[in-house]
Amino acid sequence: MVENRPILNILAHLVLILGVLVVAFPIYIAFIASTHGPTDFLSGLIPLTPGHDTWHTYMTMLTTGMQTSGMPPLSLQMMNSLIMALTIAIGKISISIISAYAIVYFRFPFRNLAFWLIFITLMLPVEVRILPTYKVVADLGMLDTYAGLTIPLIASATATFLFRQVFLTIPDELMEAARIDGAGPMKFFWDILLPMSRNNIAALFVILFIYGWNQYLWPLLITTDASHYTIVMGIKRMADVADSQPQWNYIMATAILAMLPPVLVVIFMQKLFVKGLIETEK
Amino acid sequence: MAAITLEAVGKSYAGGVKVVHSIDLAIEDGEFVVLVGPSGCGKSTLLRMVAGLETVTEGQISIGGRMVNEVEPAERDIAMVFQNYALYPHMTVRQNLAYGLKNRKMAKDEITRRVDEAAQILEIGAFLDRKPRALSGGQRQRVAMGRAIVREPAAFLFDEPLSNLDAKLRVQMRGEIKQLQARLGTTSIYVTHDQLEAMTLAHRLVVLNGGRIEQVGTPLEVYRKPASTFVAAFIGSPAMNLLEARAEGGVAHVGGGRVPLEAAVSGTVTLGLRPEDVRPVDAGTDGAFVLKLAYVEELGAQKLVHGTVEGHKFACALPSDALLGDELHLVPEPGAAHGFDAQSGKRLG
Repeated sequence: MVENRPILNILAHLVLILGVLVVAFPIYIAFIASTHGPTDFLSGLIPLTPGHDTWHTYMTMLTTGMQTSGMPPLSLQMMNSLIMALTIAIGKISISIISAYAIVYFRFPFRNLAFWLIFITLMLPVEVRILPTYKVVADLGMLDTYAGLTIPLIASATATFLFRQVFLTIPDELMEAARIDGAGPMKFFWDILLPMSRNNIAALFVILFIYGWNQYLWPLLITTDASHYTIVMGIKRMADVADSQPQWNYIMATAILAMLPPVLVVIFMQKLFVKGLIETEK
Repeated sequence: MAAITLEAVGKSYAGGVKVVHSIDLAIEDGEFVVLVGPSGCGKSTLLRMVAGLETVTEGQISIGGRMVNEVEPAERDIAMVFQNYALYPHMTVRQNLAYGLKNRKMAKDEITRRVDEAAQILEIGAFLDRKPRALSGGQRQRVAMGRAIVREPAAFLFDEPLSNLDAKLRVQMRGEIKQLQARLGTTSIYVTHDQLEAMTLAHRLVVLNGGRIEQVGTPLEVYRKPASTFVAAFIGSPAMNLLEARAEGGVAHVGGGRVPLEAAVSGTVTLGLRPEDVRPVDAGTDGAFVLKLAYVEELGAQKLVHGTVEGHKFACALPSDALLGDELHLVPEPGAAHGFDAQSGKRLG
């Protein structure tokens, strides 16, 4: 509806502003908490104005971590998270775009069976098959490795379906024109399909990067060695301290740092992300 | 440039559905052949078999004397223009034209030369660096043709290339395709369901129906001597009037009048008369038949009068100043009547 009523406009803005406040306030609290010294919380009251320990808190966390609760420096954990998120995102995209290509453009025996097998894995996310998956990874000696962290999460039915849908919207004539132009299957894939799916790849990358970054349960299970901790599971470790107060300033600093990369990815890829999800220019 | 030969070419799909039945056709070097027929008559399938996009299940296709049944489309030395243009949306016009040549590992300066030449012929030089989505329908059509021209192929294959354009542009592009083909002299096969497009473009027409050839001939041959009632009804606009009549000794009796036929036949025949091949005469003229008027369409230069002759629908084209009553008395122009066998629909004589 295209209506221009000032009152409705004001109301809409009020609702939106309220929504933003509800979402933003806890983040604000987290940030404020990370700027105070460790003793400022003992009173049970959370301050609402910035403190003076910002630099010290963040530098400590990034460079030395929290030795008392076995936390390596955050820079290392963030690097681990980054490696994990990137590997999962890129791995998922590569594998699913290739399998979607096979399913849509090639006629081979058991094509439908392959399609349905991929489809069925939708019903079996990591949480459901976590024990057998752990067993397999452990037997393969991949505990406490990047391979163990990432490979079990790479196979993805959703991404395969997304690319399948994208490929189905590309007219057959384009493939035929490419055949007449002398482009074989590989050339067609590289020269035509990949560039045409660019926006979808970007959109999927954003989603998958955040998915990979936010993984909690799997890294918690698979890593016992501090050098492979990821930041999201690290937060929880810091909150679980025995016989002492959790150091909220450090925990909150970690939370803020853990939030940054996904936010940056969204901000910088927003345009492509939206394009990839809505655009059908073919 | 090459001749194309089809020998007993047939196509059936896995379920046993047969869409093309044993087509024999010899297309000469430099000839412009139009495959025309209603939708589902197998014309596109036939073209795609020549292109190599559909497998040939029976018979042989040769291009330039070489059997190409098992040859990849890219190796057949043909270029195809698709109905929806099939331009690569992420490439500029220049890249679209050059893509096929690049894949053939042609030298860069040769590619540039060919692209520039094609751009000049088709007057698309001004938007060589634009993406297809920034072009109008007509411009996209030109680019699609440019992609065919740069290849300098043995044959052009056109798959209803004009059906996505508006009527005015279609007429214009039709003229351009005809001139272009005459200029380049490349063997061309053109598929359309538009009989007017077929008539205006073709050196030779191939009328298809139900996967079989009904008639092959120049546009005028097909127009003047349709081989069957199907061709008679399909070619020519407005369509030929077809009505049942009783014939005696080569004269058909219909609507109280007498229409002489070419062949000395007797019995029931299907009489074919083109709307423009009848002439109004005064009542009581010997041999005239009677048309009962239903409605009139004014076309400007002519008027199209619709009515019935002995209960059969009949249309005739008259000069726009013709005077009309409730009834018209008509006689056919000499030699204009077509007789068809009432059962098989085949031409008599």
